[in-house]
Amino acid sequence: MSDAQPMIEVSGLSKSYGHIRALDGVGFEVPRGEVLGFLGPNGAGKTTTMKILTCFIAPTEGQVKVAGHDVGQNPLEVRRKVGYLPENAPLYRDMRVGEYLDFVGRVRGMEPEARRRGAARVVDHCGLGDVIDQEIRTLSKGFRQRAGLAQAMIHDPEILILDEPTSGLDPNQIAEIRELIREIGRERTVILSTHHLTEVQAVAGRVLIINRGRLVADGRPGEIGGDRGGAVYRVVLRPMDGGFAAAAEAFAAIPGTRGFEEEPAVGGKELVLTLRGDGSSDLRAAIFEAAVARGFTLLELGLKKVDLEAVFRRLTMEGGEPPGRSTEEVK
Amino acid sequence: MRTTLVIWRREFTAYFNSPVAYFVITIFLVLVGVMFFVPFFAQDRVTMREFFGLAPFLFVFFAPAITMRLFAEEKRTGTLEMLITLPVRDGEVVVGKFLAALSLLLVAIALTLPYAFTIARFGDLDFGPVIGGYLGLLMLGAAFVAVGLAASSFTENQIVAFVVAMFASMLLLMLDRFVVFLPDGLGAVVEYFSFSTHFRDAARGVLDSRDVIFFLSFTLLGLFLAFRSLESRRWR
Repeated sequence: MSDAQPMIEVSGLSKSYGHIRALDGVGFEVPRGEVLGFLGPNGAGKTTTMKILTCFIAPTEGQVKVAGHDVGQNPLEVRRKVGYLPENAPLYRDMRVGEYLDFVGRVRGMEPEARRRGAARVVDHCGLGDVIDQEIRTLSKGFRQRAGLAQAMIHDPEILILDEPTSGLDPNQIAEIRELIREIGRERTVILSTHHLTEVQAVAGRVLIINRGRLVADGRPGEIGGDRGGAVYRVVLRPMDGGFAAAAEAFAAIPGTRGFEEEPAVGGKELVLTLRGDGSSDLRAAIFEAAVARGFTLLELGLKKVDLEAVFRRLTMEGGEPPGRSTEEVK
Repeated sequence: MRTTLVIWRREFTAYFNSPVAYFVITIFLVLVGVMFFVPFFAQDRVTMREFFGLAPFLFVFFAPAITMRLFAEEKRTGTLEMLITLPVRDGEVVVGKFLAALSLLLVAIALTLPYAFTIARFGDLDFGPVIGGYLGLLMLGAAFVAVGLAASSFTENQIVAFVVAMFASMLLLMLDRFVVFLPDGLGAVVEYFSFSTHFRDAARGVLDSRDVIFFLSFTLLGLFLAFRSLESRRWR
């Protein structure tokens, strides 16, 4: 297959569990050598998408091609090309790390020599040298996650699919795994799901935000923040007659504003406003002038570039009720 | 084929990584030993009839005990997803697991052979029924293992898998006991489907192809059910 052909092509993908629509018309493509962050609240459809990409479950509707192979027609070929780490790294607890890697190599039809080399490579890569003879049940969460990553990479796959690879790890372990993913992503196609926004910003070249089974955003982490999120200005004024309403009136006239919020201020000595701009231009000068024109004393004026988190919250909280089936809060 | 063997190997080794195999085999051998030597010492007879009479009932507990974890445990811990997303066919997983459980059962059966040789030294053991009985046990065991495998594939709970498999096996073994309560026509049909009916033929030393086909059919049915159950995850 040519380099130009995407490694993963998904179009019109839907999946229903009974009458619950887990995925609803999702479509995206992933070119070779891209690290794609799959972002969404719990229950948004990330895991379902990954299970379909790895041919564990079948789509209800839609076309899914991985490395040029259709998941329905050629699942074995797809699985050969893919390394997959399911959520929580479920491994055979009674096996030793080395045994497990050997088992995966055997199932993948690797010859003894290739298995040995593959295992040595991933053990080194994932820092498993010290625990190679340890039973998986005795491993810490971090090592188990690494062992899961190692088994996914033993055949040096073109595509790595990682479902929440850093969940449940401590900050040091998270940093290590991210570094590992970044490294792999230089040559390989990686899809990783997460609900940690910082993770996407740290490792992914592109992010898909999914909510209630639909794609709600697709772009580079920076771009998504820029064009969909706009900018946020923090304005601190000396309290005055009319309070919030007067200030709102003053700033509403500025072109390019989207709205205000009043932040609870300490002791009422300051009036703190959060003003949202559409991101098309810098409004700081206009805010200053509007404040001066009305005779307000401007104590502070700051521009906060909207981060992915704000975008994420807005995109996934739209529609009122909390998204998805899970009640766990989005971090 | 190669993949099936890899899965067989993993599952078979897994039995010996946990106490279950040792525990179950030990209990089996102790009970069987009693069956061997009670007639030998108490009645001064060299025969394995008591053994072949009891062994199927031991299998009713023994087979589910070794099959209960095969799918249920993997479904509960999520390792099934890891296994299935490797380049394996569903059928290879089912057959590999089936062969692993059957192998363990064979080990248990093989470990009773020293008993047979021991009593054979002290008298005239009629080898026809003995060979037939062992072959019968093998076929009956395979059918029970397949039933247990299917039961394990339906649930995430090993205890449920065990109980379901045990009752199914018990029922299949003892169907002939219900014949007296049934009208003649139906009774004959029910009797035909009893495992005991077919096992008794074998244990008499009369190995009929119909009995072989009967047990083989049940084995395939169990494997098919397990296969469909495994496959159904794709569509739910």
